[in-house]
Amino acid sequence: MAPPVTVDTINPKVLECEYAVRGEIVTLAQNLQQEIQKKPDAHPFEEILYCNIGNPQSLGQQPITFFREVLALCDHPSILDKSETQGLFSADSIERAWQILDQIPGRATGAYSHSQGIKGLRDTIAAGIEARDGFPADPNDIFLTDGASPAVHMMMQLLIRSEKDGILCPIPQYPLYSASIALHGGTLVPYYLDEATGWGLEVSELKKQLETAKSKGITVRALVVINPGNPTGQVLAEENQRDIVEFCKQEGLVLLADEVYQENVYVPEKKFHSFKKVSRSMGYGEKDISLVSFQSVSKGYYGECGKRGGYMEVTGFAADVREQIYKVASVNLCSNISGQILASLVMSPPKVGDESYESYSAERDGILSSLARRAKTLEDAFNKLEGVTCNKAEGAMYLFPRICLPEKAIKAAEAAKTAPDAFYCRRLLTATGIVFVPGSGFGQVPGTWHFRCTILPQEDKIPEIVTRLTEFHQSFMDEYRD
Amino acid sequence: MGIKALDYESLNENVKKVQYAVRGELYLRASELQKEGKKDVSLYDFLESTSVLGEHVVALCQAPFLLDDPNVGLLFPADAIARAKHYLSLTSGGLGAYSDSRGIPGIRKEVAEFIERRDGYPSDPELIYLTDGASKGVMQTLNCIIRGEGDGILVPVPQYPLYSATISLLGGSLVPYYLEETANWGLDINDLRQSVAQARMKGITVRAMVIINPGNPTGQCLSEANLREILTFCYQENLVLLGDEVYQQNVYQDERPFISSRKVLMDMGPPISKEVQLISFHTVSKGYWGECGQRGGYFEMTNIPPQTVDEIYKIASIALSPNVPAQIFMGLMVNPLKPGDISYQQFLRERKKGFHFSVIGDTAHREVHNKGILESLRRRARIMTDGFNSCKNVVCNFTEGAMYSFPQIRLPPKAIEAAKKAGKVPDVFYCLKLLEATGISTVPGSGFGQKEGVFHLRTTILPAEEDMPAIMSSFKKFNDEFMEQYEDNWNHSRM
Repeated sequence: MAPPVTVDTINPKVLECEYAVRGEIVTLAQNLQQEIQKKPDAHPFEEILYCNIGNPQSLGQQPITFFREVLALCDHPSILDKSETQGLFSADSIERAWQILDQIPGRATGAYSHSQGIKGLRDTIAAGIEARDGFPADPNDIFLTDGASPAVHMMMQLLIRSEKDGILCPIPQYPLYSASIALHGGTLVPYYLDEATGWGLEVSELKKQLETAKSKGITVRALVVINPGNPTGQVLAEENQRDIVEFCKQEGLVLLADEVYQENVYVPEKKFHSFKKVSRSMGYGEKDISLVSFQSVSKGYYGECGKRGGYMEVTGFAADVREQIYKVASVNLCSNISGQILASLVMSPPKVGDESYESYSAERDGILSSLARRAKTLEDAFNKLEGVTCNKAEGAMYLFPRICLPEKAIKAAEAAKTAPDAFYCRRLLTATGIVFVPGSGFGQVPGTWHFRCTILPQEDKIPEIVTRLTEFHQSFMDEYRD
Repeated sequence: MGIKALDYESLNENVKKVQYAVRGELYLRASELQKEGKKDVSLYDFLESTSVLGEHVVALCQAPFLLDDPNVGLLFPADAIARAKHYLSLTSGGLGAYSDSRGIPGIRKEVAEFIERRDGYPSDPELIYLTDGASKGVMQTLNCIIRGEGDGILVPVPQYPLYSATISLLGGSLVPYYLEETANWGLDINDLRQSVAQARMKGITVRAMVIINPGNPTGQCLSEANLREILTFCYQENLVLLGDEVYQQNVYQDERPFISSRKVLMDMGPPISKEVQLISFHTVSKGYWGECGQRGGYFEMTNIPPQTVDEIYKIASIALSPNVPAQIFMGLMVNPLKPGDISYQQFLRERKKGFHFSVIGDTAHREVHNKGILESLRRRARIMTDGFNSCKNVVCNFTEGAMYSFPQIRLPPKAIEAAKKAGKVPDVFYCLKLLEATGISTVPGSGFGQKEGVFHLRTTILPAEEDMPAIMSSFKKFNDEFMEQYEDNWNHSRM
């Protein structure tokens, strides 16, 4: 008798979904890495250079000292009283730790919290949102989660009743969206960002795709906007954002605003504006628009991916719906406490006058300016490659260059039963140890090819990456040039 | 403007159907009362955190600059420092980097070694996935198994409502098998067969069987014979066995110590040991560690085909990685302080010299003390069981394991009527009254499932030992008065 759980009998939605960021290329890279560890000259490179995932601290980015001080003290509160602690920790980190512990019932950091997260921390986050936007935020609208991703899943679960329910997603997009829509049995309704205009988002394109979906009998429920964009890096202009808000209001769509890169903006002519701020400044309140904003501790200048901290702020829907969201959140009891604390720190970092402010802001500015430099260096390097064009990374952590592959290469890819961009990425990996994610993992206009590269390797590694990439690209084009 | 996307009417029905009583009506009412300043006797899961070693180590990992400081030894014991260095070396970028989506390989290896020490059979780290709490692992697994409402999952009744909620959310069918209260919440294979047969008659494909061992809310520990029966049954009926073993370190009697499903599976030899598919779950939230807030857990797969494992990996990768601090807690939990460790030796040495050491000795002292926690829980289980049994119309099985007491409350018909009038399920009605009168917050049995017309409530056995007598006497006073108020002389609810 065939065992119950085989590939033929598991949930087909599981089979259908894909997640390229940790997909095939990455698995291959890990295998190659193991081979090099066993036999250092097994390959024409000494190390794997992971440019596939927004995981800054795995590549040497340092955490923000103040945040780690507070977390360490919260993890081990019994040292707060000791005199030695004063010598090892900054005074304001000790003070903040006391503050936070007082907000945790019984100071029991080991206990499950309220399913939306510790109230005092949500108060802090709400205050941080208000300081950022100039419009009030309600702690009861905040749901702290293990990273932003589980919050996205929760919303998809709520919104998707069947494959007749569609969610508008940008193409290219971060594949959490396509994967979670597939897992929850819904339909992804694509809207294309315009590469020629710096990955611009046109409301006319939104309208067009909405109509097309409706004509196919799909009920479009929500619009996903990733701002700053992943993988595309564009930062929306405020006017653009107003058009989007207006569109959602008119069409009765929930606006799902993925804003996890809100602190990663590298160009002076653009600024991050939250969709909440934009909506409120248009005079739209709770009755006018349903809006969910996602934030995370994994990005920005803090890059605390491993902590799994984040939240969603949910506004503009009725109490009975909020109860349902609470109910779903409660089945998992609560998100991890350390991540909750970190989310509150990210939304209320040291201020001018605080003891740690100078060192904190130096660390922060150091990281952000370095990211901006790396973004520019890599953008220029890509634009120098034959057949490659690369839009500027205005924000986020990625570059998404377009590569025009020669016919010969496309045919070779077909023969290898691989998508052409995956074919290129695989060859790049085996020749140089560099790991990019093929554009097909994010979606692209059919017939175009891209790959995503992070801007995260340390600055001193960038020249080597550029050299290896350039050499490889040259020889690849030599091999396949028409 | 017609119905909007997030209007109640247009929500996913599966979400609306979900119930999760543990954080439901009683919990919310208790929170309200607490805000009003009323006394709160929380019989919820709050175990005094005993994993001081865990605290030390993770604090050092959070702030590795401490490890460079010459004065670090004034605040942290030597073995905590050593362990912090060890675990940091296993990460690729410290606590702030996404780990492997399955969890840090070095820690999964430590988990495999723990399983091998426990069971006497080798365990493969590649088949162990760390998760943000055992709950996430359960959800991921059920998500793979449930294709639609035609797929049924055998779940014990009463059960921990994660299972019913998740099956609901995923659109599957819950196939109940009733535990027998008069036989210490025992499991009868014939009942199981009947449940499966009934489900099949309705056109349901029964795909998996959940066992919770030790049980929640019921606390019973399965015997080896039981486990053999269950594994044979799964083999015959072609079911995946999902072994929720999160309370494996919470056992309060000696007749039925904890034996893992995997050990019994292996003991039974082929064909069962090679054919039956098993997924086992564990956590850092229970035991005597009780680190619920960390959200650490794992699942171990046995006899799952490689292609299926690939799909499970793919799903895990979408969530990127489990949180790293909890992974370290997991490593520490499966590698507790031993008599050979530095701190333990130091503790003995210093104790001889009569030093008062507030820091260095704490860790070792605590680990020894942790065993005391289990003994205290055993006593508390007894106090509660006896306390409930001394109450009018209350019958309570002994808590053999886990962390809960699940007394049966025989509600008189008048009480049931009053509940109906108030628009409440009878046990919810009783529990709300108990809460308002005494501040004792419990979860009504209806949240876990029970036989028709039979009512229970779930409390934890976690309040401090010295507080127990007062709590039980407060309960007794309320209960006996309630029964006086609502009792008929010739008829009341019975099993």
